[in-house]
This record gives sequence, C-alpha cells and structure tokens, in this order.
Amino acid sequence: MEYILIIIGTVLVSNIVLANFLGICPFLGVSGKISTAAGMGGAVLFVMTIATIVTWLIQNYILNPFDLGFLQTISFILVIAALVQVVEIILKKVSPPLYQALGVFLPLITTNCAILGVALLVIQRDYNLISGTVYAVGNSLGFLLALVLFAGIREHLELMDVPKGMRGMPIALVVAGILALAFSGFANLVAF
Amino acid sequence: MNQWQNFSKGFFKENAVFVMLLGMCPTLAVTSSAINGLGMGLATTFVLVMSNLSISLIKDLVPGKVRIPTFIVVIASFVTVVDLVMAGYAPALHEQLGIFIPLIVVNCVVLGRAEAFASKNTVYSSVIDGAGMGLGFAMALTLLGAVRELLGNLSLFGFKFIDADGILVFILAPGAFIALGFMIALVNRITKKA
Repeated sequence: MEYILIIIGTVLVSNIVLANFLGICPFLGVSGKISTAAGMGGAVLFVMTIATIVTWLIQNYILNPFDLGFLQTISFILVIAALVQVVEIILKKVSPPLYQALGVFLPLITTNCAILGVALLVIQRDYNLISGTVYAVGNSLGFLLALVLFAGIREHLELMDVPKGMRGMPIALVVAGILALAFSGFANLVAF
Repeated sequence: MNQWQNFSKGFFKENAVFVMLLGMCPTLAVTSSAINGLGMGLATTFVLVMSNLSISLIKDLVPGKVRIPTFIVVIASFVTVVDLVMAGYAPALHEQLGIFIPLIVVNCVVLGRAEAFASKNTVYSSVIDGAGMGLGFAMALTLLGAVRELLGNLSLFGFKFIDADGILVFILAPGAFIALGFMIALVNRITKKA
C-alpha cells in the first residue's frame, strides 16, 4: 500500500516536472512530437531507476560509513555521468532495438537535473532501498506522463493561430502553466 | 569585442534566461520571491566566475576527450563550497532553495559557458564573461521573482505594500510557467524579434 501511495504521489500529486520543476530542459526541448517525447520518457525511466539504486548504495555504504557526506554532489554527478555511458554501451550490445529507440536520448540525460534531483531527494527523504526505487520509478512515470501530455498539446498548438509575440517558447510556457494548474487539482488526493 | 561588451552581453543580448532559455529549472523553481531569486542568482554567479577562472587556467592541461568530466568535477567542487557556505551563513535561504543548490551542477548555463567560452579564452576575459553571464542570470531571476511576489503576495523583497491577498497562483508552480512565458514574450517584443 505504501508503494502505491508513493506512485500516486509522485505521478499525480507532486509531479516532478509540473510541481517540482525538475527536468524542465528536456520537458521544453524534446516535446515537439509525441513519439520523441515517449522515447525520452522511456530513457529517463531506465536511467533514473538505475541511478537512484546506485547512488543510494553509494550514500549508505561508502559516504555515510566514512563520514564523507560533503562529497555527495561530486560523487553523485560523476556516477550518473559514468552510468549513462555504461548503460549506453550495454544497451547497444544486449538490446539493439531498445538502443535504437532510446539511443539518441541517452547522452542528453547526463545533464538532466531530474536524475540528480531524484537521487538527492531519495537520500533527503530517508527512504530505504525499495521505497527509494519505487519513488524513482514513480517520478520517471510522472515525467513520462507530463512530457507526453505536453507533446500532445504542442502538436495541436502548431496548427493554432497564436499571436505573433507569443509564438514558440512563450506560448509553450503558458500551456505548461495551465497543465500544472490542472495537476494541482490532484493536490489533496493523498498526503504526500 | 572589448571587455565591456563581453560583460554586458550576459544582461541583454545573450541573457541566459530570456534569450538563450538555459537554466530553466532553478529559474522556475526558486523564484517564488525576489529575494530567493537573487540568492540563487548570486550563488550561480559565484560558481560561474570560479569555474570559468579555473577552467581557463587548466584548459591547456586537459586532454580533449576527458574535458567534459573534468569540467563537471571543477563545477561540482565550487557548488559544494557554495552549499556548505550557505548552510553555515544563510541557513534560512539554504532551507528555501533546498535541493536546487546542489543542482547548480547540472545548470546548463555553467557547463555551457565552460565549454563555449572558458575553454577557448584567456583567464581575464573568462572571468568577465562568467561575471556578466552570472549577474545577467541573477537579474533575470530577481525580476521574475519580483513579478511573481508582487502579483502573488502584493509585496516586494518581503516588504508588503497592501494588506490584502494577491493572486495566489503566481506564488505556486503554475504561476512560474505563466509569468515566465509572458516575460519572454515581452523581451521578444522589446528586442523586436517578434
């Protein structure tokens, strides 16, 4: 039950993009088409889950026992950068179709603040390994949902007659705001 | 390009937020008040100046293939410094900005300037570039924070003008997107791009 609440909380109530402002760059950058948005979401799901598990292990079995908490930022970002490379190499070898689908998005993920953000939040919230993993999966599903919804709206926006000054990024941001407003309707669904 | 142009481009012509649309996560997340925006902007400025300084000093020693990881380590070190200093001397602000302090590491503005400017230019102009870009970023965040605080809470830098409720949505998450959207449209209008 606890895990279901975490999933609902991260996907709907406290959506990573629309309520916590993590991963805005890919949210605005690769949301032109639904298919690329889904690809990016899948890649984030993959990397975020693995990254959260690895950084949790590092925090609890290396940084905490040796009292190296101040190295958290440096070690996490290096691990995530290396991890993305490793995932890319393994995926290329093991599952070429999956690599075909996610490949182009993987290098972009290193600078996606959602990955580092979730890794840090899991430590901050004192989750154990399983809850932390569920939290990461929930957040990446929330990211996927927000991204696909936003891409769907933007595809329609292409055909609309937008006032001249608002074309491009301004109208996209306003649309994201309205989407965030819709999501704030879930605010009291579960205590999170 | 003289040094004054090098400094001032960060404010208008190449403003990180309004023109280049970089560093969106902290821009949207911490600007619920002007003072938070200013604090975040100045923290980023410090990291930008110091990382530009260090990277332009070591640029000839770093092999091309490992330059991005090297830059990230340099940036992460300064971010850790900012994190610890803020926790020590400005605990309230540190609490407010929370996770977005360590996330300066993945702010594209910082890595972008390291890669695009500091790794190719002299120490002096890299520092000037870092200061200009950083202060331009701080200016944008403070402006956005001021607009949101004014509309959402009818106050500015914590000073309340009228004892009434503002439009609450501008303090909350949706207001960040909407306010930034309209501000970018305004900047586009002023610079005659639209």
